[in-house]
Amino acid sequence: MRLLINKIFLGLSIFSALIGLAFLAWILTTLFIKGLGSFHFGLFLNDLIDGGLRNLIVGQFILAGIASLIGIPLGMAAGIYIQEYGRGRYADIIRDLSDIMMSAPSIVIGAFVYAVIVVPTGGTSGFAGAIALSIMMIPVVINTTDNMLSLVPRELREAGIALGASKYKVIIDIVIKAAKVGIMTGILLAFARIIGETAPLLFTSETSNYFSLDLTESFPSLTVSIYDLANEPEEASRDLAWAASFILTVLVLIINLSGRFITRNKK
Amino acid sequence: MEKIFQKLALSSASLVFILLVGIFITLYITAKPAIDEFGFNFITNSDWNKDVALESAPTTELTDSDDAMILDEDDIMLEDEDDMMLDDEDDISTKTIYGGLVPIVGTLLTTLIALAFSLPIAMGIAVFLAEIAPKNISNVVGVAIELLAAIPSIIFGMWGLYYFAPIIADLFGGYQVSLLTAGLVLGVMILPFMAAITRDSMNTTPAVLKESAYALGATKFEVIKDIIFPYSKVGIIGSIILALGRALGETMAVAFLIGSIFVLPSKITDPTISIPVAMANNFGEASGLGESALFYLALILFIISFAIISIAKFYFLKRAN
Repeated sequence: MRLLINKIFLGLSIFSALIGLAFLAWILTTLFIKGLGSFHFGLFLNDLIDGGLRNLIVGQFILAGIASLIGIPLGMAAGIYIQEYGRGRYADIIRDLSDIMMSAPSIVIGAFVYAVIVVPTGGTSGFAGAIALSIMMIPVVINTTDNMLSLVPRELREAGIALGASKYKVIIDIVIKAAKVGIMTGILLAFARIIGETAPLLFTSETSNYFSLDLTESFPSLTVSIYDLANEPEEASRDLAWAASFILTVLVLIINLSGRFITRNKK
Repeated sequence: MEKIFQKLALSSASLVFILLVGIFITLYITAKPAIDEFGFNFITNSDWNKDVALESAPTTELTDSDDAMILDEDDIMLEDEDDMMLDDEDDISTKTIYGGLVPIVGTLLTTLIALAFSLPIAMGIAVFLAEIAPKNISNVVGVAIELLAAIPSIIFGMWGLYYFAPIIADLFGGYQVSLLTAGLVLGVMILPFMAAITRDSMNTTPAVLKESAYALGATKFEVIKDIIFPYSKVGIIGSIILALGRALGETMAVAFLIGSIFVLPSKITDPTISIPVAMANNFGEASGLGESALFYLALILFIISFAIISIAKFYFLKRAN
């Protein structure tokens, strides 16, 4: 009887793992079949107004790129503070708040940026979208930096200080170098996460049918356009949405996997 | 130089604090008109964007208790209709009222369905990864499950709407867009997240404890039930609450599937709306009091998820360490 219960339980557990894998396979096959079906290289050459996706893909990368330019230095500096400078409660509080912010609803961050940037500047802009994404990114970078720096052995820091280097030299030249791979992985995973975000962009950058590099106007966004296209009644729009989803997912998974690959190679 | 670097690091760290407080204050200020107008009755009122004729001193009723409020409203409507018939001299104006009950209920119910669906599967996956599978299989399956977590939520929404929902609607009847389908797709989304943290909690069980139990002749099931679960219980509960917090704020996947109508569902297969979806779909067109009401919803969502995540972090996950 005990053995039977054991067998049933183990069976159920394996079955759950299969369910999880089945969902992944189902979603990926759907994307491949629907996405590849409407995929052609012309999508990379034309803008949305001509039935292509070029402006959207470029726009999404620019939004996520600017968000990274803002979010990575700030997040790393904050992570360095928590781990290297912070003594006592303040650093702990910041660490906890950053963890909470990491799980804050993305749509609320969009609403916040809408209120403090979009309304005062009089309209949606690429700049506002990038800010919203950077707010999503900062806590993730803080978390990675904090964790990775904590793995660097104390002796390395002491050796640097003993040689007469100032603290910031030790941090930049020794501690960060030692933790470089881990931090890069974390940053890549964070980038993969924000490039697929839709909700914070809905009313900050919105999207645009035209190619644009002007960050003060509504900015083309792949994810927001997927949402718009998928809700259109025409079959052609929905096919385009599937092709866009396929490209987006492939991009996200490549970035995500390459992040994991870097760590594995180093280990 | 040293000083500058330290100052930079300190101000970046303080930015987190400023941002969180800033979000809270901004939401409160923008929600203020709606808070003043509707007070806490906002939470119990199910009418959204409804024009009602009111006499020009409505604010006194709004401070009454919840039940009284709802009754009062009906009374007012009736009275006003009478008033309009009887004497037109009175200063009667129509005004739009907003109540948050429908999206609040929608948010909570979809989250509950998601949790009910994903909890057993996530536990099964975690047990499989931590205890059953050989190391290399566990690694491969683990990465696959984490890839599922990496897929953007909008993809879950599209797949859910066009491929998952029709099957669910065939099985359970009702609409393709409903509480049920939205909740289930949300469940698939939080599944990998919950499984990963649960696995990590389970992995903290000391090998000595497990080995002693096996040595006493316990089966794998008994070891998991009597040794691993009690040992990692606190961490597992923390992970469930964290997943809950994530499900509450999810927008895009739910936006495709919930139907987006401001009507209280009477069955699980009815369409309704959630707070994030109400914001996503109505922000563009809203202005004035309507926009303020959406910010009020955002504030409620922010407070709920803040509270839930804090509980998970401070109580459960801290104790687990």
